[in-house]
Amino acid sequence: MLTKRIIPCLDVKEGRTVKGVNFVNLRDAGDAVELGAMYAAQGADELVYLDITATVEGRSTFIDLVRRVAHTINIPFTVGGGISSIADVSALLHAGADKVSINSSAVRNPDLINELSLEFGSQCIVVAIDTRYVETSDGMQHIVHTHGGRKPTELLTIPWAKEVEDRGAGELLLTSMDTDGTKNGFALELTSIISGNANIPVIASGGAGTMDNFYDVFTTGKADAGLAASIFHFREIDIPDLKQYLSDKDIPMRMTR
Amino acid sequence: MKTVIVKYNAGNVQSVMYALDRIGATYLYTDDENEIRTADKVIFPGVGEASTAMSYLRKTGLDKVIPSLKQPVFGTCIGMQLMCRYSEENNTECMGIFDVDVKRFPATPGLKVPHMGWNNIYGYNSALTDQLSDNAYVYFVHSYAAPVCEFTVASCDYIHPFSAMLQKDNFYAAQFHCEISGNVGQQIIENFLKI
Repeated sequence: MLTKRIIPCLDVKEGRTVKGVNFVNLRDAGDAVELGAMYAAQGADELVYLDITATVEGRSTFIDLVRRVAHTINIPFTVGGGISSIADVSALLHAGADKVSINSSAVRNPDLINELSLEFGSQCIVVAIDTRYVETSDGMQHIVHTHGGRKPTELLTIPWAKEVEDRGAGELLLTSMDTDGTKNGFALELTSIISGNANIPVIASGGAGTMDNFYDVFTTGKADAGLAASIFHFREIDIPDLKQYLSDKDIPMRMTR
Repeated sequence: MKTVIVKYNAGNVQSVMYALDRIGATYLYTDDENEIRTADKVIFPGVGEASTAMSYLRKTGLDKVIPSLKQPVFGTCIGMQLMCRYSEENNTECMGIFDVDVKRFPATPGLKVPHMGWNNIYGYNSALTDQLSDNAYVYFVHSYAAPVCEFTVASCDYIHPFSAMLQKDNFYAAQFHCEISGNVGQQIIENFLKI
C-alpha cells in the first residue's frame, strides 16, 4: 500500500543547519549532511533542505552541500530556497537533488512552473505555497504569501494550488503561516480542501506539535505527507516512535525496523 | 568488472551514479556501442517521457544495441518501460524486450496519479530480490505501469496490481527508483552487480 510520508525539513545557512539542533549523539549537530543521514537512518521517508542563505557565496556552498547529501543518503530529497531559473534547477539536480521546490519565483513568474516541468519533468518540481487566512475586501480569505509568509500577494490560495498543478507542478508543499510555529496542529480544513482538489501529492507543513497532529493531517487533512522541523530537531518527537504510533492507528507507514 | 550506465537523454542519472559510489562500484557513463557491448553489467536508468527517450535511442541506434545485449542488463523506471513493447505515453513503440504494453493508471477518485512515494512489493521471483524481507518498501514516481504478466518477478498494488519488476533471460527491470529506495534499493543494486 502506498504509505504516507514523514518529512523532516532542515534549514541551511552557509552549508550548516540553523535553529539550534538538540542531538547529543551527533558529533556536529550543525552538519546538515550528518543530520540528514541520521534522519534517513531513523526512517524519514524524504528530506527537505531549505537554503536560507542570501549571498552568492552561500549559493555555491549550498550546491556543494547538495552534492554531499546526495552522495551520503539513499532516500529522496528536495531542495529549495531562492530558486528562480532553469539554470538554478539544473545545477541542483545535477548535484544530485531529486526534486526542487520553488515558491516566490513561481508567484512572480508562474510560467516558470511550465518551463521547469517541461525541461525536467513534473516529478521533480515541487511548488511551495505559504498561505495565511486574512481579512480582505471580500471578507476572510486564504491568501498566498511570499517572503517567508510576511508579504501578502493578490493570489487566493485554493485556486492558486489548482493553477500550479495545471501548469505542471508535480507536488505541492502547503505551509500554513497561521499554524506554523504554534505546535497546535496542521491547518486541517485548508489542507483537506487543497488535497481533495489536487491530483498531485500534497505535503502539509506548519503546526505539528504532537503525534496526533500527524494522524489528523493524514486523515481529516487528506495530506500525502507531513513535514516538520523543530519537533524533530529538538527530539520532541522521534521519527521511529511517530511512525510506530501512526502505523498502530492504521495509517500506512513504511516501517524500517 | 566493468559496469556501464547507458547515457541517453532521459533525465538526470546523477543519483544512480551516487548509489553506485556508495556501494563502492566503479562504472562508466557512456553511449558508446563498443563500451556497452564489452561491459559485464549494463544499467539502463531514466527519468522522463517515453517518446522523447525512444526517438533518441532510435537516432543513436541504441534501440537495436540494447535488445541484442547478452550480459545482464538492468532497466529502471522509464528504462523499464522502454524495454516493454509499447507505452501509452504519447503512443510510443518501445524496444519490445518484454512483450507487454505499458498503460496509464486509470483516473480513480481519491487516488492520485502519479503514483508517488513508498509502496511495498511482493511476489518475488528474481535474484535481484535476494535477501529482501517480504513486502519491502521502495520509492516510486510514475503515471504509467506495465500490468502483471509472465515476466513479472515482483508486483505492487496501486489502483490495480502492476509489475514492479520484470525479468526475461539476461534482462532485468524495476519500475521504482532503486537508487533512492533506502537500504532495500541498495540491496537490489548489489544483487544485480553480483549476478
